[in-house]
Amino acid sequence: MTLPVFGRLPLSALLGLLIVTATAALFLFGPMLAPFGQEEVLGTPFADPSAGHLLGLDQNGRDMLSRLLYGARMSVGVSLAAVLISFCIGVPLGFLAALNGGWPDLVGARLIDVIMSIPVLISALVVLQALGSSLPVLIGTIALLDSTRVFRLSRVVAQGIVVMEYAEVARLRGEGLWWMLRREILPNALPPLLAEFGMRFCFTFLFVAGLSYLGLGVQPPFADWGGMVRDNQQGILYGLYAPLFPAGAIALVTIGVNLVVDWALAGRTTVQGENR
Amino acid sequence: MGKLIVQRLGLGVVTLALVSVLVFAGTELLPGDVAAAILGQNATPESLAALREQLGLNAGPVARYLGWAAGIVQGDLGVSLANRQPVGELLWPRFWNTMALAGYAAVIAVPLAVGLGIASAAFRGSLFDRVATLVALATVSLPEYFLGLLLILFVSVQYGLLPSLADTWSGMGLAAWLKATTLPMLVLVLVTVAQIMRMTRTTVLAVMDQPYIETAYLKGMRNGRVVLRHAAPNALAPIVNVVAFNLTYLIAGVVLVESIFNYNGLGRFMVDAVSKRDLPMVQAAAMVFAAVYVVLNLVADVAAIALNPRLRHPRAKEV
Amino acid sequence: MSHVLEIRDLRVEAPNGAVLLHGVSLDLNPGEVLGLIGESGAGKSTIGLASMGYGRGGCRITGGEIRLVGTEMREASRKTREALRGTRIAYVAQSAAAAFNPAMRLDTQILEVPLLHGLMPEAEARAWMLELFRALQLPDPEHFGARYPHQVSGGQLQRAMIAMAMAGKPDILVLDEPTTALDVTTQIEVLALLREMIRRYGTAALYITHDLAVIAQIADRLMVLRHGREVETGPTAALLEAPQQDYTRALVSERRESLGAVSGAHHRTGKALLSVEKVTASYGQTPVLHDVSLTLKRGETLAVVGESGSGKSTLARLVSGLLPPRAGTVTFDGASLPPRFRDRSPAQLRRIQLVYQLPDVALNPRQSVGEAIGRPLALFRGLRGKALADEVVRLLEQIGLPADFAARLPSALSGGQKQRVCIARALAAEPELMICDEVTSALDPLVAEEILRLLRKLQDELVMTYLFITHDLSVVQRLADRVMVMQKGRVVETGETAALFADPQAPYTRRLLDAVPQLRTDWLDEVMAAR
Repeated sequence: MTLPVFGRLPLSALLGLLIVTATAALFLFGPMLAPFGQEEVLGTPFADPSAGHLLGLDQNGRDMLSRLLYGARMSVGVSLAAVLISFCIGVPLGFLAALNGGWPDLVGARLIDVIMSIPVLISALVVLQALGSSLPVLIGTIALLDSTRVFRLSRVVAQGIVVMEYAEVARLRGEGLWWMLRREILPNALPPLLAEFGMRFCFTFLFVAGLSYLGLGVQPPFADWGGMVRDNQQGILYGLYAPLFPAGAIALVTIGVNLVVDWALAGRTTVQGENR
Repeated sequence: MGKLIVQRLGLGVVTLALVSVLVFAGTELLPGDVAAAILGQNATPESLAALREQLGLNAGPVARYLGWAAGIVQGDLGVSLANRQPVGELLWPRFWNTMALAGYAAVIAVPLAVGLGIASAAFRGSLFDRVATLVALATVSLPEYFLGLLLILFVSVQYGLLPSLADTWSGMGLAAWLKATTLPMLVLVLVTVAQIMRMTRTTVLAVMDQPYIETAYLKGMRNGRVVLRHAAPNALAPIVNVVAFNLTYLIAGVVLVESIFNYNGLGRFMVDAVSKRDLPMVQAAAMVFAAVYVVLNLVADVAAIALNPRLRHPRAKEV
Repeated sequence: MSHVLEIRDLRVEAPNGAVLLHGVSLDLNPGEVLGLIGESGAGKSTIGLASMGYGRGGCRITGGEIRLVGTEMREASRKTREALRGTRIAYVAQSAAAAFNPAMRLDTQILEVPLLHGLMPEAEARAWMLELFRALQLPDPEHFGARYPHQVSGGQLQRAMIAMAMAGKPDILVLDEPTTALDVTTQIEVLALLREMIRRYGTAALYITHDLAVIAQIADRLMVLRHGREVETGPTAALLEAPQQDYTRALVSERRESLGAVSGAHHRTGKALLSVEKVTASYGQTPVLHDVSLTLKRGETLAVVGESGSGKSTLARLVSGLLPPRAGTVTFDGASLPPRFRDRSPAQLRRIQLVYQLPDVALNPRQSVGEAIGRPLALFRGLRGKALADEVVRLLEQIGLPADFAARLPSALSGGQKQRVCIARALAAEPELMICDEVTSALDPLVAEEILRLLRKLQDELVMTYLFITHDLSVVQRLADRVMVMQKGRVVETGETAALFADPQAPYTRRLLDAVPQLRTDWLDEVMAAR
């Protein structure tokens, strides 16, 4: 996979890149941009948007915009950390399994299959009930569960590379493990892994928000988008938009990353009968 | 082929057994003392010891696992720590509620999504295809609660067409049940249709990329026949896989949707149990969810084998 | 209107805007076979498909006229084009295995043409299919159609593809390398049957191939193509006898002439460099080599020939240590060689190098040419910095590529250039034995010839020893000192090249030699008459 030429960027990809850039900026600078503190009670609950509070106040009378800006760092940060850790675990193990093969590879793959035969949400619930929900537990749990999927993909991608004749040439030359991983497998596995990184981020981002929405993710007093949806949910029954702001923010980030991933993966196949 | 299917079924049983080990290990061997969790502030060394004895916590982990697993095999899911009722009595009604909701969504989502996916692949590059693809991409990115809240806002709050809470009770009429569950069903349909459609489209396009499709066009076959007669049979097995994969997703997605609409199903049941740290309930619910997952995947596997022409018509007849 | 097909100034463009055909014109008379010949990228298949009004993989016909039995295909409606395909013009693909739908019975796919186009009632269509099966000498013709594609052999499937094309009684067949994917002994059968079919039913054909000797047996006229342009056209015999253009002359002489007398003999020292003793090998439970022995002297070239499934490539994997044998020993330069490459010393690994069939997958797409060649220099010879860079340049020169190629990635190289880089990478290890596994099979004839010349040059300069695995007997004749013929994992015959070609002892060797197409128009007649 090579990325299409930058100059002929389709509109959807442009939009996606824009959203991703904005998200990155919010993640880095969000709390600094916030006009109010995330715990500051400023008025009556569910106050309507006004000049001072562009998105109004939340169910406790805190500034919605400020909480969204604080929440950006938490929501994006937790997901990013979990995905990064899951790649740091899954990719090397997947490569090693593909390279060495044999029974550890088979046993590992079978075990992963079994873990993956339990819905991720259910596995996460089981672990969270045993350990309680704190940030390290949350990130660690999601990272470990996600790493099974990363492992599986890395293994398949690396297996495809290991059987290539250039990898065979390197082995016949007596190359060591480090060279095989670093020079033969990694550069060729990078494009699919990058795409997977985007997709896993989307999934994890929604997943963290979902857990928070269920009250099992990021815990108060920290603002985070999923938790904000939960907290403000009652407002919807009074026709208020309050919970839609954080929910919409979650949707927007996910759409942005998805658009970029879709663009990066697009245009790989041609179909017969196109000009019939 | 028969042998392969039996093998798969055997594998499914083994997987379930291993899953039960994982669930048990995940809940019991992690740090944290169940007895202390139950008693909380009221714990005295004596009461803790008594409760441990009563819960059988003093036995070794293997013995406790075997006792637990033997119970499950006999249909005994244990007793809730929170209210001392048998887990089975609490769990099964909610399980059937969840299945009903998921089934309601699947009956509508699957034919719709597969049809849209095939059509979008058959008319690749057309306006319909591009719009459908974009809408699908947007919809898969929308979290369930966003869709759910939007629906509640417009359908329930502003126009009062359908209730915002999915209140159901045993013995309610079908019409009332449908009315109560239509909003959650719609959310599930929206999130699964987009995903199934996208994957079906990819699958059909992969088949349309094959040389035998070109052969059919070069024989002067019309587009409709090429898609339905030449491509579809080869895409069937992968589509079954796509559907099964997404139904499992639907089962998990139910957890969120049940919370949004306060639906009395297994998902909310499990979330409540986790909040209360009610161990036997969590274990039982996790096992049931995992079992549904494994069974669905098994059905997909067996269907894929049954639909593979190479396995259906073995080479033995070769001349 | 006497021509069944008239093409004027045909232009076709690829989706990326590259021009595949720059205005080609041709006429096809009823019952005539026109051979389209050229290297890959010449545009032969594009012409064949365009004559059906079809562009493969998003290619567009951007100019010219295509008149098929009186209908202008470019202006015709899709309905009209569909009605003509299968009934007036039909296509036979190179790989029948890929061109048949795996989920449908053969007869369903064949009868689809006459039935869906409404050409004849089903009973008549079935009778016609049966006649075709018989004419194509398919086994058990009454029941052959009830099979699925994966249930019949490759040669049978290719014949079924011809039956499918003939099912609509077309005026024109487009034959796109119809025998290229087959083993030589199967190829000759299919070729003879195909010619018989065309003659019996008076069908015209566009016969697309890269193999002059094959086309010489069947075409009335030849059109030579290169880079999407016509080079020359003429009656087959005349064109082969007296080609007018340099390019055609090069193509013809490549098939006619050998590289000159084999000169390897004077290198031979008489000392065995490699000896394989009674090895047996298998993939899982499937045995692939039985009791194979060979010796290879220093400076010698031994060609191992055989059809697919003969075990020749397995032999290469066995010597290189990729597949340990079940039984038997391999000795290299007097010392026993460990069966697994992992157990071999760096020196042992260095002294045996392997060059593969597909240079595309033998080079890491993410490593530059310089990195690929430089790695063995650093690893085996400890070269660093300037010494390494200089040695890379020297090796590039030795294999005939300019020094600035060191910075290029493989994707910027042609197939022949990639194969040269693979050879340079092997040379960088200063090997004593080079195993060449079908190194020219994936290349166009003229490029392949250059690679063979390069290998010969290197042998003269470096006293290299080659174990040459190939299915192509013309390569053997041009390069090898000795030949070992294999069939189904066993050695059939071994001998000096000249002697073996002049007087083969084993019946299989004779059959194999007889099946190699010769560049004479009457070769196929002679062979079939001799049967």
